[in-house]
Amino acid sequence: MLKNEDSKPNHWLTAALLMPTTMWFVFMLILPLIVILIFSFGERAAVGGYAASFTFEQYANLPSRLKAFQNTMIFAPIGTLLSLFMAYPLAYYLALRVDRRYKFILLVLVIVPFWTSLLIRTYAWIFILGGRGIPLMLEWIGIEGVRLVNTPGAVLIGIVYGYLPLMVFPIFVSLEKIDKNLLEASNDLGGTPFKTFMQITLPLSMLGVATGCMLVFILLMGEFLIPAFLGGGKVFFIGNALVDLFLQSRNWPFGSAVSVTLVVIMLITVSLYMRLTMRTKTGRDESLM
Amino acid sequence: MSKINKENKPITSEKLMNELHRYQKGSITRRHFLEVTGLGAAMTVLGTAMPSLLPRKAHAFGNLGNRLVFATWPNYHNQVNLDEFTKMTGVHLQMNAFGSNEEMLAKLQAGGTGWDVIVPTNYTITNYVNLGLIQPLDLSRLPNYDGSANDPMFAGPATVNGTVYCVPKNWGTTGFIINTKKIKSSPKSWKDFFDVTMGAGSGHTIVHDYQLTTIGAALCALGYSFNSIDPNELAEAEALLIKSKPHLFAITSDYQPGMRSGDAWMSICWNGDATQLKNDLPEMDYVIATDGGEIWTDFYAIPTGAPHLDAAYVFINYLQDPYIQAREASVHGYAPTDSRAIALQPDSLGSDPILHPAAELLNGLEFGAAQTMTDPVRAEVIARFKSA
Repeated sequence: MLKNEDSKPNHWLTAALLMPTTMWFVFMLILPLIVILIFSFGERAAVGGYAASFTFEQYANLPSRLKAFQNTMIFAPIGTLLSLFMAYPLAYYLALRVDRRYKFILLVLVIVPFWTSLLIRTYAWIFILGGRGIPLMLEWIGIEGVRLVNTPGAVLIGIVYGYLPLMVFPIFVSLEKIDKNLLEASNDLGGTPFKTFMQITLPLSMLGVATGCMLVFILLMGEFLIPAFLGGGKVFFIGNALVDLFLQSRNWPFGSAVSVTLVVIMLITVSLYMRLTMRTKTGRDESLM
Repeated sequence: MSKINKENKPITSEKLMNELHRYQKGSITRRHFLEVTGLGAAMTVLGTAMPSLLPRKAHAFGNLGNRLVFATWPNYHNQVNLDEFTKMTGVHLQMNAFGSNEEMLAKLQAGGTGWDVIVPTNYTITNYVNLGLIQPLDLSRLPNYDGSANDPMFAGPATVNGTVYCVPKNWGTTGFIINTKKIKSSPKSWKDFFDVTMGAGSGHTIVHDYQLTTIGAALCALGYSFNSIDPNELAEAEALLIKSKPHLFAITSDYQPGMRSGDAWMSICWNGDATQLKNDLPEMDYVIATDGGEIWTDFYAIPTGAPHLDAAYVFINYLQDPYIQAREASVHGYAPTDSRAIALQPDSLGSDPILHPAAELLNGLEFGAAQTMTDPVRAEVIARFKSA
């Protein structure tokens, strides 16, 4: 009984502290999602916008954006994996190898690009990958006719460049936390560096890898800037289709239907992914015991 | 851009009279007048002797606030003019550049843009008026605007049901630009344009991210009207665009970087961009297609509920000044509609065939039509083409 009375004020405190977040979620997430859901059953008004109606027409039209869905579903995982393979060695070096004196400055260097808008940095890539950039340098050494800008490759370069820091940091943090005694113990017990990495370092950093992949993957599913700039409008993501539907053709109901579909796809893939990583994690924990 | 440098040369008698005229009409302040005419320096000497000539803080414009938000097109203004306006009035300009009128309409329909001045094209105006998105203009607040100096062919769309909703900015044509070093076959029509795209120039063509011009070009290539909203004709145009898509370099309205870097050899093009490109790269050639295309006028309008209405009027009035108009055109390369401004243009621009093409070349061109903007089929065709 005493215990209950004790915790009562805490309930109030908890509620008060959670209030801003709750309000934020209700007004900035739940309500807009409901609006989008309602709009997705409507019709495009005569001059564009939304006209109330109840029809499944918008959902029936989804196949016309199949290519954009496909592109997103292909580029988002590939982009995530490429970022992972680029980020892991860097994070490993920063966390476990680099001299303590330089660690801070190197970490800052990873963040520095964030000080400039992604828009401007992506614009810069247009010139680097354009005919007077890298292709011209390749011509000097005799490789001619290389086209980079407005290709799927350019989009992937832009993605890895833009998202690398988001992948580096979670992995860095999880690697940094590893108890160095474990690595020494492995060494003492005759483990080769490769074996130590595979059995200790990698499993212990999986949480960071999972977080980084999740961050990058979710953002990539909605990406539109990089494909628009470095894909020249030819490598089209579902994000670009959405921008088009709302900002050019003003077809809000169809745009809403595409959004709802994207949200559903995301919910399914992300929950599958979480279930998978959770299982691996508990599995590893047990084996470590 | 070299033309801007001329601003630093000593003032000519002609310009002095111009500036004096503008000062008398209240287009510029005393301080600005003294500054640009070089009389300001003389003031420091004369000032003590003739105190009445000392520049005072300008109150000519009243309190305009310190900000004006302005939606326009890329590469469409002379920075010297914009800076001068800020210096004169203390109003800072926040400029949003757009790729299509449809994008501007989408933002206006969604509301809350905070825009004070927009630059719509002829075919949007009746739509904007019907939707209540722009407000009628009080011409008494625009003394620099002279309706009689504007050819009705260009200025006509500004008046809807007898009410003036905007004043003209520039007129121009939509054709295509070719890099003659790369494309030797000298295409003349939109049909040639798509043939070259899918032939010798494959991989090097840009079309706009803009339903009006891109679908319009495909329609003209097929022998239909630039403005067609016939579903069968649009279906054919869509098929042509999708067939050509693998051969395109890009779908973007920002085509100057691609043309300049040499990656793109040919692009749908507005004539002012053609002037800008040709100034720097003589191998560029602008073509008004023989099988049709667009002729257009852009206007200045004030959206309903513009937050800085007074500043908007002063800004539009400033930009209607013939001298300012001519100075705008010297940078962006589009012809003014105002005969007073054309008269002030240097001969090289006044006789430039890209700015002022021969009348017979314009015969086949069409002004965009109001329903071309809002037609749902056209909107969906461009969106499908892009996501194909």
